[in-house]
Amino acid sequence: MMETEFAVVGAGPAGLSAALEASRTGVQTVLIDENQAPGGQLFKQIHKFFGSKEHWAATRGIDIGIKLLMQVEKAGIKVMLDTVVWGIFDGGKVLAIKEGDRNRRVRAEKILLATGASENPLAFPGWTLPGVLGAGAAQTLVNLHRVLPGTRVLMVGAGNVGLIVAYQLLQAGANVVAVVEALPKIGGYGVHASKIRRMGVPILTGHTVKEASGDAMVERATVIQIDEQGNPIPGTEREFEVDTICIAVGLHPLAELAWVCGCEFTYISELGGHVPLHTEKMETTMPGVYVAGDVAGIEEATVAMEEGRLTGVDVARCLGYISNRKAETLTREIQARIELIRSGPFGEVLGEAKERLIERRG
Amino acid sequence: MRESLSKTGVLTKEDLAQSPGVPSEERMERGPVAYIECMEEIPCDPCEFVCPKGAITVGKQIIDLPVLDEEKCDGCGLCIPICPGLAIFVVDKSHSDKEALVGLPYEQLPLPKVGMKVYGVDREGKAVCEARVVKVLNPKKFDRTAVVYLAVPRAFALDVRHFAFMEEEE
Amino acid sequence: MRVTEHPILGKMDAVREVEFEFDGKPMKGYEGEPIATALMAAGVKVFRYTIKGGNPRGVFCAIGRCTDCVMTVDGMPNVRTCVTPLRDGMRVQTQKGLGAWEETK
Repeated sequence: MMETEFAVVGAGPAGLSAALEASRTGVQTVLIDENQAPGGQLFKQIHKFFGSKEHWAATRGIDIGIKLLMQVEKAGIKVMLDTVVWGIFDGGKVLAIKEGDRNRRVRAEKILLATGASENPLAFPGWTLPGVLGAGAAQTLVNLHRVLPGTRVLMVGAGNVGLIVAYQLLQAGANVVAVVEALPKIGGYGVHASKIRRMGVPILTGHTVKEASGDAMVERATVIQIDEQGNPIPGTEREFEVDTICIAVGLHPLAELAWVCGCEFTYISELGGHVPLHTEKMETTMPGVYVAGDVAGIEEATVAMEEGRLTGVDVARCLGYISNRKAETLTREIQARIELIRSGPFGEVLGEAKERLIERRG
Repeated sequence: MRESLSKTGVLTKEDLAQSPGVPSEERMERGPVAYIECMEEIPCDPCEFVCPKGAITVGKQIIDLPVLDEEKCDGCGLCIPICPGLAIFVVDKSHSDKEALVGLPYEQLPLPKVGMKVYGVDREGKAVCEARVVKVLNPKKFDRTAVVYLAVPRAFALDVRHFAFMEEEE
Repeated sequence: MRVTEHPILGKMDAVREVEFEFDGKPMKGYEGEPIATALMAAGVKVFRYTIKGGNPRGVFCAIGRCTDCVMTVDGMPNVRTCVTPLRDGMRVQTQKGLGAWEETK
């Protein structure tokens, strides 16, 4: 059995930041990821991030990913790729992993579950046809693997993911015929909507997809208007000839490991649904088990990085590598940055939801 | 969010008239100047830092909308590629008595060629006039956000914010 | 459709082309890319048919979670093609239902 002080499950922005923060103080750290390459969602984010200079403003997600990876390499942190963590035992102290084909266990004093998020499905007649896929899935295919899932796309959902992925599909050469949004208004940033509107993409609020049809794959999408109660209005159907329907109706935390090791959860829809309870230092109800990033509530990559750092600081403090006072100072700096990211009408909702969660954790 | 913006994704002329980032008519007639179409409170401030003349102010409360000092601004256009929302442009109504220049961010391929005739496209994606490409900038420091300057008929200087090729590109 | 030139990602890095078989047909793809993207680039969208209804399925989540993209690869069924790297000489087959293991000789 492998032994370490700090095992980080998931090498996305939260995991990378936590590993860097902890190992910087001397904590023996292992970073584990099931993918062939680390970086999580960062390598799909080819757009420039908002924020201030400390928050990597105007830097593309992919470049933030590259920088973090270089730092991890420089710090000599052990990274295990192509390694699935399929179980967590012994009161949150032992990870069961499959490294390639090899089964192993890892015992760690502190564990961070930074496993990110999964896209929500949306069921409608024809949704199982090849050609219907998640917006994040389309983003992965195009930005990571350079393959377009199709050339005529209907985007379902006008939150930031729907709007950004629509833009990125256009950049890759696809034609986005429309974005439909069930709510009466656009949920994402106005600037993201404006970008695609001036590229000729209509955004139909108060509309949803009624049906996907085609022989063995998507050939048509029927869109219908819905009233304020969410009921479809008969007679308002419109057909679009498309080969792809992207579903962008939100993400939820990928929190199975937290669940099976006995962490308590709460349901907060603003954060994506069932979220593991955690303190403001990111510790769950299982002592020594932390969560950070999307798994702790769906927010931005910048928040994920800061939550990772909060975890790294607390782990370093618990293991005696930094003093309580040093930890306090660092924690307050990080929390100030998070508060800044969560300011404004979009962020406030999330900040308030997080406060509720931390309160429930007690 | 602005009523219209959240319903349609498009800022109206009325909205923009209230924006602290939009220059006066008089200033646009004098020469190139930034035209900032950022009207939502999102924590963000790279435009303030990139401006070499200190003409853009966001301030410590980085959710505040950027304020343009039109006298300090010389229309250099460095703010165009830095904005993560691609919401900053440059307008120059002094270009000629028939035409105005509009500088806009562009992140697609192919890049247009200088001299090309294109359609000037408005915020709703409608081609509203013919335009001519007069400058294409894509230096490394713009980090892959190219800036395209179009000569448009003066009447469309406040409408054109994008362009469309006239024929199928090879 | 492969995006060989991209305004942000630039030109595709030089990757080794490999040959593989799809339902007996010779195909080409890039070494190490997910089997799914090699197929999609070649215009293949139907990866399997469901057990009960015989309904066509393809890629849905693209990160190895939903199993909609599973196919039989080198005689082994239920391989998640969106996260399995393509290797030279692979035999990829459209899977019907749960598929079947090939007996090793």
